[in-house]
Amino acid sequence: MTLADLLPGESGIIQMVKCDRLVRERLADLGLLPGTPIRVQYRGPSGEPTAYWVRGSLLALRRSTAESIIMHPLGRVLA
Amino acid sequence: MSEAHVVALAGNPNTGKSTIFNKLTGLKQHTGNWPGKTVLLAQGDYTYQGQSYGVVDLPGTYSLSASSPEEEVARDFICSGRPEVTVIVVDATCLERNLHLVLQITQLTNKVVVCVNLMDEAKRRQIEIDLLMLERELGVPVIPTSATKGEGLEMLKDAISRVINGVIQPEAVVFDINQENPTPSLYVEAQRIAEMVVTTPSDMCRLSHRLDQIATSRRFGIPLMLGLLATILWITIAGANYPSELLTRLFLGIERVLSGLFTRLGSPLWLHDSVVLGMFRGLAWVVSVMLPPMAIFFPLFTLLEDFGYLPRLAFNLDALFQKAGAHGKQSLTMAMGFGCNAVGVIAARIIDSPRDRLLAILTNNLVPCNGRFPILIVMGSIMAGAVIGTQMTSFYAVLIVLTALVMGVLATLLISRLLTATMLRGEPSFFILELPPYRRPQIGTVLVRSFLDRTLTVLWRAVVVAAPCGLITWVLANVWLQDQTLFTHLSLWLQPIGEMMGLDGVILLAFILGIPANEIVLPIIFMGYLSGNTLMEVQGLQAIQGILTANGWTWVTALNFVIFTIFHWPCATTLLTIKRETGSLKWTFLAAVLPTTVGIALCTLLTNIIGML
Repeated sequence: MTLADLLPGESGIIQMVKCDRLVRERLADLGLLPGTPIRVQYRGPSGEPTAYWVRGSLLALRRSTAESIIMHPLGRVLA
Repeated sequence: MSEAHVVALAGNPNTGKSTIFNKLTGLKQHTGNWPGKTVLLAQGDYTYQGQSYGVVDLPGTYSLSASSPEEEVARDFICSGRPEVTVIVVDATCLERNLHLVLQITQLTNKVVVCVNLMDEAKRRQIEIDLLMLERELGVPVIPTSATKGEGLEMLKDAISRVINGVIQPEAVVFDINQENPTPSLYVEAQRIAEMVVTTPSDMCRLSHRLDQIATSRRFGIPLMLGLLATILWITIAGANYPSELLTRLFLGIERVLSGLFTRLGSPLWLHDSVVLGMFRGLAWVVSVMLPPMAIFFPLFTLLEDFGYLPRLAFNLDALFQKAGAHGKQSLTMAMGFGCNAVGVIAARIIDSPRDRLLAILTNNLVPCNGRFPILIVMGSIMAGAVIGTQMTSFYAVLIVLTALVMGVLATLLISRLLTATMLRGEPSFFILELPPYRRPQIGTVLVRSFLDRTLTVLWRAVVVAAPCGLITWVLANVWLQDQTLFTHLSLWLQPIGEMMGLDGVILLAFILGIPANEIVLPIIFMGYLSGNTLMEVQGLQAIQGILTANGWTWVTALNFVIFTIFHWPCATTLLTIKRETGSLKWTFLAAVLPTTVGIALCTLLTNIIGML
């Protein structure tokens, strides 16, 4: 399951970030690391991009990025 | 006085760092509520207890890993040993992520003061922070502030001076971290400290959440965006008319006095005419016709920016920019272009990838800047008045300008798509956009500051650009070669191209002479038309309309003029900025050719289609 599979209102915990090193570091700088809880806040007017609540801030990611963030399989919770 | 102590100011974007900087130094640097705004190092000074301090505002960064130019700048400066103390501004409502940067910096230097800003906002959201424990965990002084209210700044100055004078010797706690890959372990520490010192973990600000549910919704997102723009335009159009007429009357009065003075001093006619009818009128027209809309539009736009709406605009438009193969932050740089295209081009530095940045730079001029808005507003008002009558004029004028604006945005998307399919092939680089909570704009400060700023800028440009251009136009219109003036020669020479585009030679000549600044295009057109008839006084929109109709303008001319106003070469300042930012004549040339081609093509097409009807 990836971050892109979560629906607005759902939460999960990041298991792995499968991007190239530079992008992974960028995401890590903003707090998106393995073990980080993340909640889907809302989607843009045409379903893209999506805003996520991470470590006290609201961050928007495109679907392509969210698809490379692997979530813990059983961590899906309704917030 | 001895050499000033150097203080570096670091922090995440959107922590109120620029506000702290302004309050400390009193230097009015522009602050905006969106990530990555400060791209140049701003500096300012203050004096505290007889010692002078020089504050360097570093670019807002999330990290110092030096993977973007801004981070490199920040990192290099902190490591250079120049700053005697580094003040790290952190957001009290989002402490954990901010602590990551603090820990990165304290691994590099001991001379640190942590400034926990936005304490008022944290209090409102019932977030409590144990500052003493934070100080103990970090090993450096921690000062709470609410910068917009001016609270805590004296304490901050005091802490800075104590660290510099060695009264306090911070000993930053050093963590055992994996040097190869420090980020995860630093985040573990940041999380541990945040869990200890923050009693109520912060959730999303409720009000922000509710506003966002409307501002980014499928149903209201886009209409609200257009509605906000329309409101700003309406206030500008409705508000600009009166001061415009007032200024016109004022300048006419001054002109008479000036004219009388010249006559009394017995000056020759050519001197009187070139100074009064050339320079002074050029200046007067720019100030009276162009200044009021600019001085109203710009502060309102800044207010929207201060409120935190621009990141939402980028969020809403991202799907479209994605389809165009562009970077998500291009919508932010485009929005900055509405204020000033040169600023929009500089703002493209927030985009890391060279390809995406170039795309943002090349397309920035496709949206009208603050110098071109007044042209659109004047033309929109005339067209609306001429076609529809006076009752609903403002409404239709708004509609016309808004359509022009949407056209600029659509062209940005289309040209981006075209470029990414041809010259700038490739995938847009990774993009992450922070949506900071909405913040109540500092209405008074913003209005006064940006109003004054805009007014002074326009006045200054009127003096250094419009007056000389007025003189040049006057000379061209009064130097005779054979049986015609130079102005007529040039405009006749341009006439065929002008006619092809449904314009005329004078209009094209005005756009060319207007390269130094778009504000002077309309005044030059008036001067060109009135050159044989200098006694005529331009007063109010009706007079302008009269002049234009007398010179063969129809609604098609007006429409083409509006189109060419949006789509033509960038002004000199923007061109120089593009050259500086890209370092390439080729791209600068392309940045001028692209919009011009669009403009010529659209005008020619429109004229031919209408001609066939």
